[in-house]
Amino acid sequence: MSPEQLLYAESHEWVHVEEKDADKIATIGISAHAVEALTDLVYMDLPAVGATVTSGEPFGEVESVKATSELYSPVDGEVIEANTELPDNLEILGTDPYIAGWIIKVKLSNVDAIGKLMDHTAYEKMCCDS
Amino acid sequence: MTSVEQLLKTPFHQWHSEHHGRMVDFAGWSMPVQYQSIMDEHHQTRNSVGVFDVSHMGRLFFKGTAIDQFLDTLTTRRVAGVDVGRIRYSLMTNESGGILDDVLVYHLADASGAPFHMMVVNASNREKIVTWINSQIPSQSDIAVDDRTLSTAMIAIQGPKANAMVASMCSVNPADLKYYTGTAATLSDVSMILSRTGYTGEDGCELIVDSEQAQAVWDKVIQAAAVLGGGATGLAARDTLRLEAAMPLYGHELGEEINPAQTDLQFAINLKDRNFVGRDAILAAKNDASLPVRVGLELEGKRAAREDCEIFVDENKIGVVTSGTFAPTVQKSISMGYIEPAFTAPGTLVEIDIRGKRAAAKIVSLPFYSRS
Repeated sequence: MSPEQLLYAESHEWVHVEEKDADKIATIGISAHAVEALTDLVYMDLPAVGATVTSGEPFGEVESVKATSELYSPVDGEVIEANTELPDNLEILGTDPYIAGWIIKVKLSNVDAIGKLMDHTAYEKMCCDS
Repeated sequence: MTSVEQLLKTPFHQWHSEHHGRMVDFAGWSMPVQYQSIMDEHHQTRNSVGVFDVSHMGRLFFKGTAIDQFLDTLTTRRVAGVDVGRIRYSLMTNESGGILDDVLVYHLADASGAPFHMMVVNASNREKIVTWINSQIPSQSDIAVDDRTLSTAMIAIQGPKANAMVASMCSVNPADLKYYTGTAATLSDVSMILSRTGYTGEDGCELIVDSEQAQAVWDKVIQAAAVLGGGATGLAARDTLRLEAAMPLYGHELGEEINPAQTDLQFAINLKDRNFVGRDAILAAKNDASLPVRVGLELEGKRAAREDCEIFVDENKIGVVTSGTFAPTVQKSISMGYIEPAFTAPGTLVEIDIRGKRAAAKIVSLPFYSRS
């Protein structure tokens, strides 16, 4: 997935939504911009499969040498898969944040939150302006 | 939030900005928290040489007579009658024994051989300490504080290659100085104060130079460090370095709510045959077996227990974390904190509440890291 095809939250998570059978599945990660701002990642806490996530609410945390940052869900739904390889290999976030660096997959309970996300152009503009 | 324009700037501010320094508000100063990776900056200091802009630290010079005897009434450690050339780490306390700051008291000779006294204080406490000292000067005394923080710069050069590097460009070899001593020196014809001091757990030295000449010294030091695989190092790595070395940080392990008797800094407290502000309260606290004391904690896993995380044994809260991080050299999650004295034995198992989840930890002896 290229970054141009993804949707973004203000809190720097990216989302890719695809249809699978009758469900909508969102894959969620954090942007290269977020990884660069965090630096020196040492730990990530993932939600359990089956956990419910709510848009704007934390679903996990990522820890750098300097600080702990919460990961905010950009969508509503149920966690169906978590990238358990990631916490022990956080360097993946630096080299490949949009494919191998995915964090969780969520089966959407509704699509309300999707409309509030930014496209790549709007997200880049937000990062440049800040 | 203070706007960037209002923040104080060191003479190296522009250099930091031009070299990817992430500038943050630190005690009213715009300071580089990191340039690139905190871990890389940490490791370069442990393995080679790290160069730190510590110009935000307060540099107070003193004029007048019997300065050492006056300062001795304000410091937990004896600083009166100390030989010329020596530097002493001490705490300063108020009447109730609360720690006002931790400081270095210098008794050095200038280039002409004339002795003088100065003190380095924390940036966050500088104005408070100047006010405090001024309020304590006896009315008949001629002592005056000369705060030269804004007219001088301070550079810390730390790491196994630091002293040899400085020796190659300076009139004095820092390795010829004993630990915690200092002297007048010149580097590239710039006069400075050189001391064998630091805040990283590594050997090294610190330079104090006039602001106008500071950039030339900084450039020369940075150039020499780059050849050795070292370089500029930000405040974030300074924090992980000092934490591994178990050095306390004011606002975390030290504060006005903490008595020196709790800090495990016995070397900095001389109660015998002298009097100073706070002495009686420290003596009382030494005999109070109920006060929490400073300890080191090592956690299982990589999660960091940071300031304010509570420490438990079963359901009983026994203490609180004051600093913590994942430590780049010891490769463990480490913390310092204050806990009830019954639980301070190394090896004692505890749990730390990190945002609602308990992490297993054990008490360990300090420091976490000491250089070989």
